[in-house]
Amino acid sequence: MAAVDKQPVTGAGPLNGMLTWVDARFPLIKMWEEQWGKYVAPKNFTFWYYFGSLSAFVLVLQILTGIFLTMNYKPDAAQAFASVEYIMRDVWGGWIIRYMHSTGASAFFICIYLHMFRALLYGSYRKPRELLWIFGMLIYLCLMAEAFFGYLLPWGQMSYWGAQVIVNLFAAVPFIGEDLSIWIRGDYVVSDATLNRFFAFHVIAIPLVLLGLVAAHLTALHEVGSNNPDGVEIKNQPKDPRTGLPLDGIYSHPYYTIKDAFGVVVFLIVFSVIMFFLPEMGGYFLEYNNFVPADPLNTPQHIAPVWYFTPFYSILRAIPPLLNSQFPGVLAMGASTTILFLLPWLDRSPVKSVRYKGPVFKAALALFVIVFLVLGYLGTEPTNVWGQFGAWLGNADRATVAARICTAIYFLFFILMPWYSRLDRCKPEPARLT
Amino acid sequence: MIGNVFGGLARAFACAALLASFAAIASEGPRLQTAPINSHDVASLQNGAKLFINYCLNCHTASYMRYNRLQDLGLTELQIKDNLIFTGVKVGELMHVGMDRKDAKEWFGVAPPDLTVTARARSSGAGSGSDWIYSYLRSFYRDPSRATGWNNLVFPNVGMPHVLWQLSGQAQLHEEVFSSEHAFKAALIATKGVAQFEEGHEIKDGKTVKRYVLKTLTAGNGSLSQVEYDKSVTDIVNFMTYMAEPARLERRRIGFYVLMVLGLLLLLVFVLKKSYWKNIH
Amino acid sequence: MSDQQVDKGKRGFLLAATGVVGGVAVAATAVPFAGSMLPSERAKAAGAPVEADISKLAPGEMQIVEWRGKPVWIVNRTKEMLEGIKKSDAQASDPNSDVPQQPEYAKNEYRSIKPDIVVLEGVCTHLGCSPQYKSVEAKGDMGQDWNGGFFCPCHGSKFDFAGRVFQGSPAPTNLRVPPYKFVGDTKIIIGDDTKGA
Repeated sequence: MAAVDKQPVTGAGPLNGMLTWVDARFPLIKMWEEQWGKYVAPKNFTFWYYFGSLSAFVLVLQILTGIFLTMNYKPDAAQAFASVEYIMRDVWGGWIIRYMHSTGASAFFICIYLHMFRALLYGSYRKPRELLWIFGMLIYLCLMAEAFFGYLLPWGQMSYWGAQVIVNLFAAVPFIGEDLSIWIRGDYVVSDATLNRFFAFHVIAIPLVLLGLVAAHLTALHEVGSNNPDGVEIKNQPKDPRTGLPLDGIYSHPYYTIKDAFGVVVFLIVFSVIMFFLPEMGGYFLEYNNFVPADPLNTPQHIAPVWYFTPFYSILRAIPPLLNSQFPGVLAMGASTTILFLLPWLDRSPVKSVRYKGPVFKAALALFVIVFLVLGYLGTEPTNVWGQFGAWLGNADRATVAARICTAIYFLFFILMPWYSRLDRCKPEPARLT
Repeated sequence: MIGNVFGGLARAFACAALLASFAAIASEGPRLQTAPINSHDVASLQNGAKLFINYCLNCHTASYMRYNRLQDLGLTELQIKDNLIFTGVKVGELMHVGMDRKDAKEWFGVAPPDLTVTARARSSGAGSGSDWIYSYLRSFYRDPSRATGWNNLVFPNVGMPHVLWQLSGQAQLHEEVFSSEHAFKAALIATKGVAQFEEGHEIKDGKTVKRYVLKTLTAGNGSLSQVEYDKSVTDIVNFMTYMAEPARLERRRIGFYVLMVLGLLLLLVFVLKKSYWKNIH
Repeated sequence: MSDQQVDKGKRGFLLAATGVVGGVAVAATAVPFAGSMLPSERAKAAGAPVEADISKLAPGEMQIVEWRGKPVWIVNRTKEMLEGIKKSDAQASDPNSDVPQQPEYAKNEYRSIKPDIVVLEGVCTHLGCSPQYKSVEAKGDMGQDWNGGFFCPCHGSKFDFAGRVFQGSPAPTNLRVPPYKFVGDTKIIIGDDTKGA
């Protein structure tokens, strides 16, 4: 129906001819213009706005490198570790692809965390962007699952015992826990069967869901429009008579195309420094113990998850067991991520952006960031890292006490938000971007 | 400016790694020594390969490493075949070992681990994996209580006997006990070389007091001088470090070019961005 | 305005330069990806040259060795077999081995380094079946003008004892001669023809 109304692509030449031909049969130009080319964005994006496009870039990178890794990787407990070393040594260029993938995994989480922090900073989850935020949170959960499944694949000691510990968390679920964890592993311990199914989840199941969610996330974004550091809805602004655009809006292309390209190049420089000069990143991106093949009979002295899981791992460890069950800790860990879903409804502030929010919210946000980082650090260390208090405190581990305080603050940031965000002394939002 | 933020981020991560390494220096040793290796020293690498194959590969495997990869160290396939392969395998084969894994387990209690990536696996807050191996190979001492007759400062109660003992001689353990932290720290700093230490408590006159144990070695008399022996160990460690990641030097070289190209690209994109955004206020 | 024109020209140049440098970067990144699909060191080691001991290969006999997963035939040809090759000149579709199915040193009458010893890849050049050895005496199966050679059971291609294909066979070219060399009189290395050492 719309085919008749389409304008031929302007300009001559074979490429434009082909575009006209395709566009008469497929809404190529319409899709491009809706999703990017004529997508109107606020013109005052800050540093924090780079991480959305960077996350998409890393996703592509991970999928590409992942495809090429599967060409040589063997999801078999007897061969997995050797096949990774095979990629690192015997496959031409294999080490480049592998380091890209292992560095990319951590880079993905850095980008996603900063992207999420941007949403916290500028209230990007507020009406009408609740669903956009929920899609984003689902992407984040998928990404955690993807990272968890992928981390088993090199079949080193950390892979093995990390998976063992996390799967055993499910065993803490009352009544069905034991059977549930056996069902997840497909065996009584983490084994070849576990590796094989984790491989299936890592290379096809989760990536498919992830791509679908990313499409939904972008569609929702381009439907409601981007938020901005001032929290002003540019859609409600009067139109500029010359351009027909909202007063503070610009087309994404070429302005944000070139700006994001700049971001990508800066990102690639940091990425390359790590990948080519510090691929292990001091044992944080590639853990040293993971260069030892998985050994079911020999637990490493200190098991820590990869850095991007450590804040939640700290929360898990901070909660004391109840009636000999770890279940409260598991629940708390689950709650610590799922509570983020509620953010659009917890924030009752009259303004969106931190620029106009009052001192209470600013302090709360700063405290939350500090607490998150401290929890992250504590998760990488054994609980006795700072030694013990004296007998007057029952010789409790200092780190455990710190983790408990941090966990409480972490949850209070969300639970008290409906009150402190409403009562805060906010400045009025402007009509135009500043 | 944005570049600064990114750079700052990278620095923050490096700092975090560094902090963690300080935190890991807890109240227990060993204190490792930095391996004085040079990955560009071809003679050292070749000698290390020879020593490794002669002394280590009898019991240990290096089963992800191919013999012909030693061409990286400036050897020809024929030299490798004639001088370094004792098991009669083809030059493209992996460095396996003749010893049966089951026998090995019976003899040593544990099967000797594969050594291909040990130089990476043994890294920790206390030092790199290379430092660990360097210290380990230099801290065997006589211990009649052990089945093998040997013990090790870095790896207490290790199952492996001191394979290089004819070269190094037989070192003896030297143990000192301190009750003051100050005296202990002074002694630790004064000791050159590998040291193992523990911080503990003991009960004296009904009171708990601190107790520090510092273990060091007194050198033995082998066929090599201390300097020569250290040099041989350095060569082995140099080779094992290379073997753990054969692409390491190539990685850095390529990385340098990648950064050059990206730097140029950054400049172009930056100017381009400025030019497009000039009229947006 | 001229100011804008200058700007446009400058921007066009910048766009082109960015495109070129970016293109180079993308192309360079593609290299390890494409390269990772080449035979790995393991595949190369498995495809390494093979040694064959022919000290016990009697005249008229054939020995088969495996090289890169393919059968390689080594035949010790008798006088009679060599004469059979000469007689087949008229039937061969490429009697002078003009199609480069052999190393330069095997482009001769008997397609071999030494006249009596021939080394051939036992893979039919038609669709990859392995032909069978048919002696001079096999005139019953192969017809009265048969002078000995190989016969492919899949689609009936015929070759003489130099591996030359007969006219009218579905196979388009002669059998391949792999690179090989003699070490002494009784040892052949298949897959390696480098001189020296």
